Amino acid sequence: MTAPPLLTTPQDDFAPALLDPDHPLPADVTSHTTRHPVRRFAVYRNNVTVGLIEAVRARFPAIERIVGDDFFDAMARTFVRAHPPRSPILAIYGDAFPDFVAGFPPAAEMPWLADVARLETARTVAYHAADATPLDPAAFAALDPARLGAARIALHPSAVVVRSSWPIVTVWAMNSDEAPLGPVDFGVPEDALVLRPALTVVVHRLPPGTAVLLAALTAGDTLAEAATTASGATPGFDLTAALAVVVGTGVATTIAFDPEPQP
Amino acid sequence: MTTKTALAATVLATSLAAALSFTANPAAAQGSDKEKCYGVALKGQNDCAAGPGTTCAGTSKTDYQGNAWKYVAKGTCTTMTTPKGNGSLTAKSS
Amino acid sequence: MTLPATLPDDAGVGFKPQHLDDLLAGDAPIGFVEIHAENYMGAGGPPHAMLRMLRERFALSIHGVGLSIGASRPLDRDHLARLRTLCDRHPPQSFSEHLAWSSHGDVYYNDLLPAPYTAATLARVCEHVDAVQTALGREMLLENPSTYVLFETSTIPETEFLSEVARRTGCGLLLDVNNVFVSALNHGTDPRAYLAAFPLARVKEIHLGGHAETTDDTGAPLLIDAHGTPVADPVWTLYAETIVRTGPLPTLIEWDNDVPAWPVLAAEAARARAILRAGGAAVLHPVAA
Repeated sequence: MTAPPLLTTPQDDFAPALLDPDHPLPADVTSHTTRHPVRRFAVYRNNVTVGLIEAVRARFPAIERIVGDDFFDAMARTFVRAHPPRSPILAIYGDAFPDFVAGFPPAAEMPWLADVARLETARTVAYHAADATPLDPAAFAALDPARLGAARIALHPSAVVVRSSWPIVTVWAMNSDEAPLGPVDFGVPEDALVLRPALTVVVHRLPPGTAVLLAALTAGDTLAEAATTASGATPGFDLTAALAVVVGTGVATTIAFDPEPQP
Repeated sequence: MTTKTALAATVLATSLAAALSFTANPAAAQGSDKEKCYGVALKGQNDCAAGPGTTCAGTSKTDYQGNAWKYVAKGTCTTMTTPKGNGSLTAKSS
Repeated sequence: MTLPATLPDDAGVGFKPQHLDDLLAGDAPIGFVEIHAENYMGAGGPPHAMLRMLRERFALSIHGVGLSIGASRPLDRDHLARLRTLCDRHPPQSFSEHLAWSSHGDVYYNDLLPAPYTAATLARVCEHVDAVQTALGREMLLENPSTYVLFETSTIPETEFLSEVARRTGCGLLLDVNNVFVSALNHGTDPRAYLAAFPLARVKEIHLGGHAETTDDTGAPLLIDAHGTPVADPVWTLYAETIVRTGPLPTLIEWDNDVPAWPVLAAEAARARAILRAGGAAVLHPVAA
């Protein structure tokens, strides 16, 4: 038997009070010690807010190290109240955090912070992405040089390119025990390739223009088309450096050629 | 296709040969050797790349109830300096 | 190694990746591991790789935390489909969820929230449990919650509510003894009376976890189901008393916050295993409540 549709539910009154500490307690809520158990209800408020702040913290450890834990807590609290999760899969919670950081006035003095957050977002995406076996470089060595330009190269399902006007790979690395803290030249733009060739997520600093080449390959262009596009978009484009990424990082999973036209 | 977009096959082949010549293949080795891979990637780790997970527990930590903004950034940005000096990255005292 | 169709009547632990090596080392005092379903819903990567390795050695309990069975609104069909996919990919010996809600509107609150125990809630929960069992093609276990408040409109005792859900839907129950202790203390009731009224014949798994202590608005003690400490002695006692009545049951140690080094968690599991093997005879401490 299916119960009739509900006009109101007990959750209608309970839910709005969870993320808003100024909201009155649900009228139905009571306890054996007091009719207005504010501190008891606060356990749920804490569980929700602290739990979501911890979720954001787990996904953005470098951001927390950059800004410090007090700043991070306050920024994350503002975020979780404005953008609570829509899915019970918390691994993807925080996809909207980089955009939030970009528009967060107290972080305005760090205009590069949102892009570092984008890099961290990509790391989680790569971690949980589908598995695939990277091509061995020997597969490229074995290609007929005359057909190389016509090759269509599929990228690994975990591959995410994050482009930035700021040195995001350097800043991320310094705040992830990957590089020592030191002076940063904020005038140097860096693109990142985030990838999980097998089970470990790695972050590569891409040579200039390589992000364009990878995007073109993702779009289905041939290697020659992609190289031409990248070269046209990037002064001083270094094709050898870009191809070293394609063959040496594990970002490529298959090479295909269009069928030969039938006479 | 115009001649401008037709990248010479020899240029691609030469560049690929150069790229291969200085490509060690750690990624491919990692992918082809599952046991080694598990050993490296899974050994006792709590990988921060995993991102948040769920819990069925509550928390004994208390959230501040107020919304007032009162913090300034004072993490590593105090030591991560620019060539021009600490400048805008220096934390202000709160 | 052939694994049984159901969880073994042995100790188990909630799986944490940092314990993987210890679990695979060969002498872990457990027969099963439990995972939270929602952490294994990505397409691939280390979570599934770890699960494949664990399943070669241990029975598996998949424990959902996000289905919101206690909500009055309909279940999320997409999430139910994801649970089905997970159970097909890594077939578990048990699937369980909570008598609680966690989603409302389009927001996921990431907590196990309470609902008033009314005839209307009962009808909804039964509908939802039916839907889960139909979608997964298997029996599910429903877990009693820790609660911090009561509802003016509640009319049905929790034990009667759970009995009725089990009777109407045929589902099994997951008895969380720490939740029994936490809720009883929080509401000024007797945990032994709760356990005396609980339909123990329906119980197919037991949970044990640690709680934290604070106080409510009046200074009365308030326990929080925080899973960040060892199982408290009075909870061990209630557990042993329960095992005397039920016989051995799969028993999980939950430690989700401030996760300790493996030997600490293993010692908790070993304590549960000893009580199971003694048939609950190792009743060591009186219940302080």
